[in-house]
Amino acid sequence: MQSSVIHATGLVKRFGDVTALDHLDLSVPEGTILGLLGPNGAGKTTAVSILTTLLLPTEGSATIAGVDLLSSPAEVRRHIGLSGQFAAVDEILTGFENLDMIGRLYRLGRSASRERARELLDWFDLDEAADRPVKTYSGGMRRRLDLAGAIVAEPPVLFLDEPTTGLDPRSRIGLWDVIRDLVSRGTTLLLTTQYMEEAEQLADDIVVIDHGREIAHGTADSLKAEIGGERIEIAVCDTADVDAARAILATVGVGEVEYNPATNKLLVPVTGGAGTFAKVLGSLNSAGIELRDVGLRRPTLDDVFLTLTGHGTNDSGADQTSAEQGDAGTDQKVSP
Amino acid sequence: MSEIQYMFADTFVIAKRNIIKIKRVPDVLVFVLLSPIMFVLLFGYVFGNSVDVPGDNYRSFLMAGIFAQTVLFGATFTGAGIAEDMQKGIIDRFRALPMSRSAVLTGRTLSDVVYNTLSILIMAITGLIVGWRIEGSILEALAAVLLLLVFAYAFSWVMAYLALLVPSPEVINNASFMVIFPLTFIANTFVPAESLPEPLKTFAEWNPVSTVTQATRELFGNIPPGAPEPDAWSLQNPVLYTMFWVVATVAVFAPLAIGRYTRFNRR
Ligand SMILES: Nc1ncnc2c1ncn2[C@@H]1O[C@H](COP(=O)(O)OP(=O)(O)OP(=O)(O)O)[C@@H](O)[C@H]1O
Ligand SMILES: [Mg+2]
Repeated sequence: MQSSVIHATGLVKRFGDVTALDHLDLSVPEGTILGLLGPNGAGKTTAVSILTTLLLPTEGSATIAGVDLLSSPAEVRRHIGLSGQFAAVDEILTGFENLDMIGRLYRLGRSASRERARELLDWFDLDEAADRPVKTYSGGMRRRLDLAGAIVAEPPVLFLDEPTTGLDPRSRIGLWDVIRDLVSRGTTLLLTTQYMEEAEQLADDIVVIDHGREIAHGTADSLKAEIGGERIEIAVCDTADVDAARAILATVGVGEVEYNPATNKLLVPVTGGAGTFAKVLGSLNSAGIELRDVGLRRPTLDDVFLTLTGHGTNDSGADQTSAEQGDAGTDQKVSP
Repeated sequence: MSEIQYMFADTFVIAKRNIIKIKRVPDVLVFVLLSPIMFVLLFGYVFGNSVDVPGDNYRSFLMAGIFAQTVLFGATFTGAGIAEDMQKGIIDRFRALPMSRSAVLTGRTLSDVVYNTLSILIMAITGLIVGWRIEGSILEALAAVLLLLVFAYAFSWVMAYLALLVPSPEVINNASFMVIFPLTFIANTFVPAESLPEPLKTFAEWNPVSTVTQATRELFGNIPPGAPEPDAWSLQNPVLYTMFWVVATVAVFAPLAIGRYTRFNRR
């Protein structure tokens, strides 16, 4: 265990009967990105809130940049930047005023705060809206402003809770670039996401959690080896062809072929991408199987769960009472 | 800078932000001032004729009470502001920043001093229009304003604490009126305390709203010569008694509110 900047052991958080985090260990080496991947209610926000001093863990301990979280929360706050799941910006203030205020509260001083605010507004493409109240901003603009707020003081440790949820594809890719840029300058980042692709694009190391527990851990490549790379999905026109199609898919698949009778769709994880795909299409064609729909796609979080737990993200609560809470707890500000 | 200097710096940053918000959403100010203005008109012209006051100008007597009422109502603004802050996303930002823990509260109570200064100014203009005059010296008048402001400041801390107990803007509005109505009406704000029946009279005599009103009345020179001396010690020494209240209230409620806020921050 070399110099991990974020280091947490045995984090447990209980809210009454709900166990939001169940002995979670995390370790993020300096200058790397850890992707915390999980469905709604998995405990991502809870983990981020604990590590950013907003919540006390029920059990467990953590250090951030070598500072103990429980005994020196104030010191921890000097080293971190946070962009939470819900944009924490003041609606009535302008974008500039928001960032300027944050700079002052990070104690950058008057002129440095202003300068930094302008610089970030420019960088995040908000310079035109800089002097408008935030309540006139679109969701994506707020998100970007919030992210800018997290890096005002160029903190060495950054926590981003679902930073691209709700962004359009172009903004998402733009944000990925910003994140890569930050990390290339030495920032250590913990990023939560519901998108397998995002974790794959950004994270050096991925921890998949469900019900507050780690269910898989590894690099994008090692996880993909475990869950298979892309998926081939086909929908047959005639149910009579299902068995024949299944046999063809089985020859190329690296995992079991799933069949969904409701949609008449077959799904199989494959390796080899487009080449394999072309081969399958050829075989299906020569077998005379007529297709309604066909596609090669990247694994989604749902696929990951299907493979790792044997159930998808939606029905994952069937055997767990805690999942019934779903995303009800996301608005944590209200009750003390 | 030392930690104390940072605390002041952070307080000013938060206060500045709140003042920007008052400037940008002035409807709140208008709304809170509407009721005192209504009271001036209602009491000054409708009920006033049937109230027996020393001297012959009821509106002159009334204005000190109105000033006290105005700053007391202003304190509900503190409560509402904090309750709103606690619900908005920005509080999570503040909580994760290395800022002084108490600045959200000290900044709020400070910005409300600015707010109250504005209210007093507007109410003074209203008073001048209906015939109220400053009959003492300018220095005394300034002392009156200062006393009203420190009184309001102390009361802001009470409301801040209430707002943290029930962090919902709707509830806090109703809760604060339950505190404010008895305080403003069982007092010498609109009628002389001596004219109230027991036990309301005793309550009114020792009610700090009465004493701040009495002090304001004296300092503005609105008590006509030959008016009878009040019976209670509190009303005979209104500045002293009011200051005692101010100090005691801040000493009790500021730590309570900050403690509550800090606990709220680390769940
Ligand atoms: N303040 C709270 N009180 C009670 N339960 C809570 C509270 N906060 C979170 N929970 C519960 O803890 C679990 C984990 O919640 P958390 O918000 O961490 O999930 P998440 O992974 O961030 O989900 P999402 O993707 O929906 O944001 C959920 O079951 C949630 O209901
Ligand atoms: Mg979340």
